[in-house]
Amino acid sequence: MSTIKRIFKNTMWISNPIAYQVLGVCSALAVTVQLENGLVMGAALTIVVAFSNLLISLMRNFIPHRIRIIIELVIISALVIIVDQFLQAYLFDVSRRLSVFVGLIITNCIVMGRAEAFAMANGPWLSFWDGIGNGLGYAVVLVLVGGIREIFGSGSLLGIQIVPEFLYSAGYVNNGLMVLPPFAFILLGLIVWIAKTLGGAHGEES
Amino acid sequence: MSEMFALMGLFTTSVFIQNILLSSFLGMCSFLAVSKRVDTAMGLGFAVIFVLTLTAPLNWVLNVFLLQPGALAWLGMPDVDLSFLRFITFIAVIAAVTQLVEMIIEKMSPKLYVSLGIFLPLIAVNCAILGVALFMVEREYSFGQTVVFAIGSGVGWWLAIIAMASIREKMTYSNVPKGLQGLGITMITTGLMAIGFMCFSGINLEREVEESESSIEFSSGVIDEKLKNLKRGEKC
Repeated sequence: MSTIKRIFKNTMWISNPIAYQVLGVCSALAVTVQLENGLVMGAALTIVVAFSNLLISLMRNFIPHRIRIIIELVIISALVIIVDQFLQAYLFDVSRRLSVFVGLIITNCIVMGRAEAFAMANGPWLSFWDGIGNGLGYAVVLVLVGGIREIFGSGSLLGIQIVPEFLYSAGYVNNGLMVLPPFAFILLGLIVWIAKTLGGAHGEES
Repeated sequence: MSEMFALMGLFTTSVFIQNILLSSFLGMCSFLAVSKRVDTAMGLGFAVIFVLTLTAPLNWVLNVFLLQPGALAWLGMPDVDLSFLRFITFIAVIAAVTQLVEMIIEKMSPKLYVSLGIFLPLIAVNCAILGVALFMVEREYSFGQTVVFAIGSGVGWWLAIIAMASIREKMTYSNVPKGLQGLGITMITTGLMAIGFMCFSGINLEREVEESESSIEFSSGVIDEKLKNLKRGEKC
């Protein structure tokens, strides 16, 4: 049990996939205008990483070394297809808003990176939990960025108005910059800065 | 002629206005990892242009003749919809093409292989390549548009990574706060670059062509009316 705990501490804080390993940044920025997108994306990625890690770890002794990348990609894209079909069936609005980014989970470096670095060398049980941990570490950053951008950019959270009406009549204006893509970069940079100063995500990215 | 202009507009749009990296955030991972030196960034940038130009048209052909709903009509099966196989087909094509290109370059030009070779495996998991293929499906581009869009996106990516690498080379001489060094400052710099690129965002070249055409029609309509008025005036 303690190994799993250590994995979680590692993936969520010390070597968070986005803040320290610099993996999977693409979708972290593009889909985080609203908190809801961030939540769905985080959940989708967690499921894909966990099960791709599990499957690849089960097959790791049978995969020929030379063609392993193609095999990993096929497993991952099969999982992503399942998630995409599920989203289209039950969360159609969100899946429209995420547009191509659900498909891009395939090339999200977190999935490939964990498959290569962890699942190819460890047993299925540990790999599964490593996948969950990394997915959650990714989701935490997504939720943070999405939450901040939605509160300051449109004054709401999950579509519910948060900033009270009297502030608007007193002259408060939503920060339009938050909704624009460049601010996601700057926000993420600041989050990394804070995390490093507080002692998480330490070390230099390789 | 106007089609030519539309394609040029699409090219400019995909290089500057909707830069694949700075406005759609695709290919960020390798962008952050390989932008420390200008010459390596140059190599990866060219490799991306090369692979994009090869894979996007190939994926377009596969999508139109195999995958999209009703695409199998030429086989006498118009009801079959294989669009759920899109992801797996596209990524397989991309992985296979990068592998093939790597082998061909190794045989044909060892010099190019030395400079590009190490980047080619990286490209298979570059989201920009898959992203272009998926955008092309979503925006329903024609074959010509797909080729232009792919080249434009590649050039845009190359431009962005070169700019970033130059900035980072200069930045080694500046005094960055300790926690911000590395990833933090790179992110913020990218954000500022994206703001810079956003000054293009009011320009819509694709629509401009349509509008100018319609405005010509409109003005010719006005002239017609004036002519009619004149004739009426003559009659009066």
